[in-house]
Amino acid sequence: MSLEVLDPTGELQPATRQRVARPSSLEGKRVAMLDISKPRGDVFLDRLEELLTARGVRVDRFRKPTFARPAPRAMMEEILGKSDLMVEALAD
Amino acid sequence: MSASALPDGIVAFVKRDCPTCVMVVPVLAELKESIALTVYSQDDPTFPQGTGPVDDTELEHSYRQGVEIVPTLLRVRDGRVVGSLQGWLRPQWEELTGVRPLGAGLPEYRAGCGSLTVEPGMPERLAARFDRGRLASRRVMFGTGEDEFEAAYARGWSDGLPVIPPTPERVLRMLSGTSRNPSDVVAVVPPDLVECTVEKVAVNAVLAGCLPEHLPVVLAALEGACSDEFNMHGLLATTFFSGPVLIVNGPIANEIGMNSGVNVLGQGNRANLSIGRALQLVIRNVGGGKPGGVDRAALGSPSKLGFCFAEREDDSPWEPLHVERGLRPEQSAVTLFAGQGPAPIVDQLARTPEELISTFAGCLDAVANPNLALGFDAIVVVPPDHARIFREAGWTKARMAEEVNRRLTRPGRERGRGAHGIAEGLPDALAGADVPKFRPGGLYFVHAGGNAGMFSGILTSWVNPNGGGSNPVTVEIRK
Repeated sequence: MSLEVLDPTGELQPATRQRVARPSSLEGKRVAMLDISKPRGDVFLDRLEELLTARGVRVDRFRKPTFARPAPRAMMEEILGKSDLMVEALAD
Repeated sequence: MSASALPDGIVAFVKRDCPTCVMVVPVLAELKESIALTVYSQDDPTFPQGTGPVDDTELEHSYRQGVEIVPTLLRVRDGRVVGSLQGWLRPQWEELTGVRPLGAGLPEYRAGCGSLTVEPGMPERLAARFDRGRLASRRVMFGTGEDEFEAAYARGWSDGLPVIPPTPERVLRMLSGTSRNPSDVVAVVPPDLVECTVEKVAVNAVLAGCLPEHLPVVLAALEGACSDEFNMHGLLATTFFSGPVLIVNGPIANEIGMNSGVNVLGQGNRANLSIGRALQLVIRNVGGGKPGGVDRAALGSPSKLGFCFAEREDDSPWEPLHVERGLRPEQSAVTLFAGQGPAPIVDQLARTPEELISTFAGCLDAVANPNLALGFDAIVVVPPDHARIFREAGWTKARMAEEVNRRLTRPGRERGRGAHGIAEGLPDALAGADVPKFRPGGLYFVHAGGNAGMFSGILTSWVNPNGGGSNPVTVEIRK
């Protein structure tokens, strides 16, 4: 006989979403740059910002208060509202 | 037949295995002649002969009526129970049935026997069968012939060790360990931010190997883990080693047989091991936090399987941890600390508190990195052989923390970046300041361990709130 057990998981049914299409060019796009506050994330993003602004791309910088917690909701919403693309610096 | 369909008149529940039931057979036969009587037989559908018994060997009727003793007699009017008795007591039977005299030649009184519905394991089995609505979790059927333990691995429910299959019977038994409603939400569990009910905690407590009496500790621990202050999401996601370390205080520790003595941080005690594991399985299964997924630990730690122990309070030189953190001694509590360990402190020669605290300080200086300070906490687990030295000198926990920090306070530049050839270190802004190793309240002492051995153990932390990390949390355990 088969055994009946109870599901120990959260029983979530994750929604599958279509990935946003890769832009063919950065022209007219707004790029968010998120530093999670790990050491040297700023080094990486500073240089990237320099390269992108030199090409006329508009960049907005964001920084999480701490890498040890998820980004505050207000920050996520601001990024969503303002940007077409985001680059996140996760590294040490 | 549903519970509301009880026939009017007198309803009796009996079993052949009960001498009192056998004794009252002539009485039942007599009643059958004179009044509306329905007899339910729990073990032998032909018993008692001459009464036209209803087969209740499935025990559904007995379960639904909450029968605990046989014989049980009910008086039913319009489908509702309006009177009841258990066992044999002549005047009671006469009053309930309205027939007298009854049972000529029988003794005046004889106690009944236990109903089959209350045999060990039976209440849960019957509840699982006849009260399916009590549990809301999705039912999973393992395949016929599928090994149940392999099936649990295959579904990703295990931390790598075998888990106990969470059958409805086992989960119902687990739920008997708490007075809380199975549908109560205990916490919102990261990383998937899932509302976790008492029932889901119970399912995972079964997986982990807990007993029902362990469940209240797991519930309190989960509540603490999912508090904003403890920051379970960050603790899970970090590349660091840590997991939740649970320290149990108060009367419950002895009541449920927790180990606070020999090999306290090691293997061998079911409560210690399964409670810590249950919390981690909730994070894994309900919250969705799995190694390689949101759990990004570079090395992890064996203590992430589950790390739980009790403080040795009865002969401690100090106030218990939960009292230090604001609770009363008679309350039970669990304290959560984001950490790992132990790292050994060896000193078999110290005989004075000054000598021993100097050893503690020397070992604690290296926590995280000798050049880092204020960002990490520590718990020193002190067994009786070391604790004795502090007890004899009358040193309190506060005095000990102060003595450690006094030995470990130095100018920031001596822990600065590059100091001692170490790249890591305090920022230049602190170069001129006198910096202690530990933040105020960041160093704890807990009494635990076996009688012999002049060693203590350091449990080191993940980043504390100075680095945006985790603060220890203490939660009262309620049954």
